[in-house]
Formats: sequence, structure tokens, C-alpha cells
Amino acid sequence: MAAIEVRGLRKAYGAHQAVAGIDLSIAAGEVFALLGPNGAGKTTTVEVLEGHRRRDSGDVRVLGIDPAAGGRAWRARIGIVLQATNDLADLRVGETVRHVAGFFPDPRPADQVMAQVGLADQARSRVGTLSGGQRRRLDVALGIVGRPEVLFLDEPTTGFDPEARRQFWQLIRAEAAEGTTIVLTTHYLDEAEALADRLAVIADGVIVAEGTPATLGGRATAEATVTWHGPDGPHCEKHADPTALLKRLAAEDADLRTLTVTRPTLEDTYLTLIGQSR
Amino acid sequence: MTVTATTTRPLPSTLAIGISRGRVEILQFVRDRTAMIFTFAFPALLLLLFGSIFGKDYDHPGVSASQVFSASMIAYGILSTAFITMGAGLALDREDGTLKRLRGTPVTAPAYFIGKLILVLGLTVTEVVVLLLVGTVVFDMPLPDAGHWVTFAWLFVLSVTACSLLGIAVSSLVRHARTAGAILNVPVVALQFISGVFIHPITQLPAWMITVASFFPVKWMAQGFRSVFLPDSMTGLEAGGAWEHGRTALVLGAWCVIGLVLCLTTFRWSRDR
Repeated sequence: MAAIEVRGLRKAYGAHQAVAGIDLSIAAGEVFALLGPNGAGKTTTVEVLEGHRRRDSGDVRVLGIDPAAGGRAWRARIGIVLQATNDLADLRVGETVRHVAGFFPDPRPADQVMAQVGLADQARSRVGTLSGGQRRRLDVALGIVGRPEVLFLDEPTTGFDPEARRQFWQLIRAEAAEGTTIVLTTHYLDEAEALADRLAVIADGVIVAEGTPATLGGRATAEATVTWHGPDGPHCEKHADPTALLKRLAAEDADLRTLTVTRPTLEDTYLTLIGQSR
Repeated sequence: MTVTATTTRPLPSTLAIGISRGRVEILQFVRDRTAMIFTFAFPALLLLLFGSIFGKDYDHPGVSASQVFSASMIAYGILSTAFITMGAGLALDREDGTLKRLRGTPVTAPAYFIGKLILVLGLTVTEVVVLLLVGTVVFDMPLPDAGHWVTFAWLFVLSVTACSLLGIAVSSLVRHARTAGAILNVPVVALQFISGVFIHPITQLPAWMITVASFFPVKWMAQGFRSVFLPDSMTGLEAGGAWEHGRTALVLGAWCVIGLVLCLTTFRWSRDR
């Protein structure tokens, strides 16, 4: 069953068409990443799905319900981690998690959630004294405390150092393992590759490619580039299936210490995709 | 997965969430020492200043100027806590993401406002107690009998309601929370001067100023609180020569209705379209 269905979503701000006809289908339990440069329409799309923003046209269903008409019962089934926030500064971490848990019919125990996001030791700290990474983990704690069926994460790791990002990814994977559908926006390719079952690249308000991290933009079927140094100097050949070439090289006794076989990286594919739309 | 459990358990009631919001609002307020000291100390400081400067300035049997200020300043206390706390608080909640966060959860607008109302009631009651303490301890203002406290009660409820609702309504005009205090203080300070809070007796003011002030709640609030704490012989110093309780209730009631209509038509969860 699809957790999220979007058909022909459009949204303009004045003369600027931020989202220009997007179709999406996200299955229950899937981790889906919306990837794209700043200003591509990621946040607008997600805010429409969250019920935070009105759309101009299109059909949108999240858990079978139109977010524009989603009531309290619907909101109890979704979790939202907004882009960097700075509210709640004077509350303690524990107070905050318990307070938000009280909004939901069947919340997770606050202590369990704090342990899950690695903030058990900070339960008595003021939110305003947390580091950037801790603050984002608190935002996730508040997003998952109500046992959401769908969790939205909008650019969750912007400004993180590499170690904090890896810890954060573990947290998201653990939540996905619980069966929660996760919709993530990011402009980090490695983040999409590390977390997403499926991803869509969005540029100038339209989806320019959709697939798994391995197949996006024809990556799996793109020609592999094979390079090596023969007795007569460097060689470079492109093959859809390099098997035959590699067998031949092995038989020919070529110097295979210099051999490389590469497919386009996700980054190559991504840059080609967003380049095409400009 | 616990999907079935999620859908069968009832949502917490709006009242329960509202009370929980109120607790958190008060916690946040109390922990922001600067805001707390400024909110509570400023009207009390003004009362001390006005009361000490004018002291026993005019001869009225048994009533000193400082006692008149003690009564009138309660109107300012309520105005500054209810109107400014609501107005600036909403602007800040809109800016720092509080409202957006709540909007993404089962919290309803009424639950949010119950929380704000609990905060405002807590603040105004404390404020009034502080002002009454200064008035009675420093300026020997006598506390009235039970009948006057009934007047005080309805006056307090109507004043807090009107000021809070107007604060909510005005908050949508505030673009940046940083400027909220400054913007909201303009009508507050101007009305203090023309409504007979800082200037007593009000009859010293030009007639047109009193007429303008009579359209707004502050004049009636101040006059009402004077009627609670001052002897009836003081009515001679009022613009209408009487306490005018009926008219006071009518004007404040009308502002409650206007405020409510403005709130319902202008309240937005965010500044976005």
C-alpha cells in the first residue's frame, strides 16, 4: 500500500513556479529521499505533504488523507522534523520530550526515546545549551515520540560534522527498521545513498529522475570505463559489459596493477541530471 | 508495528493539552529572568515613582495622589502583562518555530490559546498582587470591602480578556519578534497618558483627548479600578462625574467581541502563504 501518493502537484510563489507538476508514490515502510539543489522545490513539496503549506493544484494523499484537510487524528500519525529550529531554549530536554509526548494518543516512553537518540545523559540540560547535533537529535526525538507511521525529515544534517552525520544516519536507520515510512530531503548525495531505498532528483520544481541509489539515471546500465597501461601505453575503453574485455586482458598478460573499472558515481549522475534541467 | 494501537486509542483532550501547554509556557517565562523581572518590576517601579513624586499632591479628604496612582496603575499592569505578553509572545512563537512545530502535531489552536491564557492569567494575577502590595504597604492604600471585590472580579476578567484578545490580534501585524516590544508599547504608553493612568485627575486633559481615550479600554479599566479602591467622594475627579460601571462593562465587553472577531479572522499559524 502506498503511504504517500502525489499527482500533478503544483505550487507558485508569485511569478516563481516552485513546484511545477510532481508525481510521487512512496510505499509504506520505504525510506525515500528527495534530492536536489537549494531552491529546487524540495522543502515546498515536503511542506505540502506535512500539511504546512497549501498547494495550487494536484492530488495529494498521505496515509490516505489529503494533508490540507488532515485533522488531529491524521497529525497523530505523522512525525515532522523541520529545518533547523530555535524554539524551546529554556526547557529541559526531558521536559520537552514528555510535553510533546502528551500530544499523542499512544506515545513512546520519553526515557526510551531519549536513549534512542542518544540524549539520555542530557535529559536535565536546557535545550538552549545543546550542540547543533544534539539539538537535531532532540528534533528527531520529538518527531518520533508519537510513534508516527510517516516521518518527514527536512535537510536534517545540514551543518553536521562527518561523525555526527554518521551517528544521525544510524538513528534514522533504526527508525526505518521499526517500519516507519521516512521521507527525507537532502542536498547531500552520500546521505541519500546511505539511507534511501529509493530517491528522486528534483530540479526547478520537477522530478528529473527517480530510482534506487544504484539505478538512478541509468547508472546500473551506463557503460563502464576500463583503463589500463599496456606495453604500448595507456588504454581507455567503454563497455556496457566489460567482462569480455577483462578476460582478454587477463589472458594477454597485460599489467593489471594499473587496471580500473568505473561506473558513473551517484554524484556524476546527479550533476548530469540537474545540469540537464538548466 | 503498533498501527492498530495508534488508531484505537483516543487523542488527548484539547483541555489536557492546553493545561500542559500552560505549564510549559509558565516554565519558559519564569526561566527567562530578564523578561520576568522587567514584566513584573516595571509597572511597580512606575507606581513607586509616580506615587513618590506626587505624594500627597492635592488635598482630598483621606485620599493621597499615591493612592490614586496605586488604583490606576492596576490597569497598566494588566495591559502590559496581557496585551504585551500575548502580542510579543505570539510573534515570537511564530518566528522561532514554536507554532509551526505545534501545527505539525495534534495540538489545536484552542489548546495553544488555553496555554497562553494560563500564562497570562498567572502573570496578571501576580502583577496585580505586586501592585497592591506596593499600594497598601508603601502608600497606605486601604483595601475595600467585599462588594467592591465583586466589581474588581468582573473588571479583572473583562480587562484581561479584552487585552489578551487584542494582543493576539495585533501580533499578526508584527513582522519581526525583535521589534514586537517596541511596536506594542506605542499604543500602550500613548493610552496611559490620555486615559488618566499617568495623569490624574483625567479632567486636566483636553476634552478631545478624553473623547479619544473613551473609545479605548484603558480609560475604563483605570476608572473601574479607581472605583474599587477609592471612596465614592472621588467621582468628582472623573470625566463623567461618576464611576459609570454600566458603561465600563459595555465598552470592555465590546472590545472583547472586537478582539475575538479580529483573532478569528487574522490568526495565522505561520508567516508563510
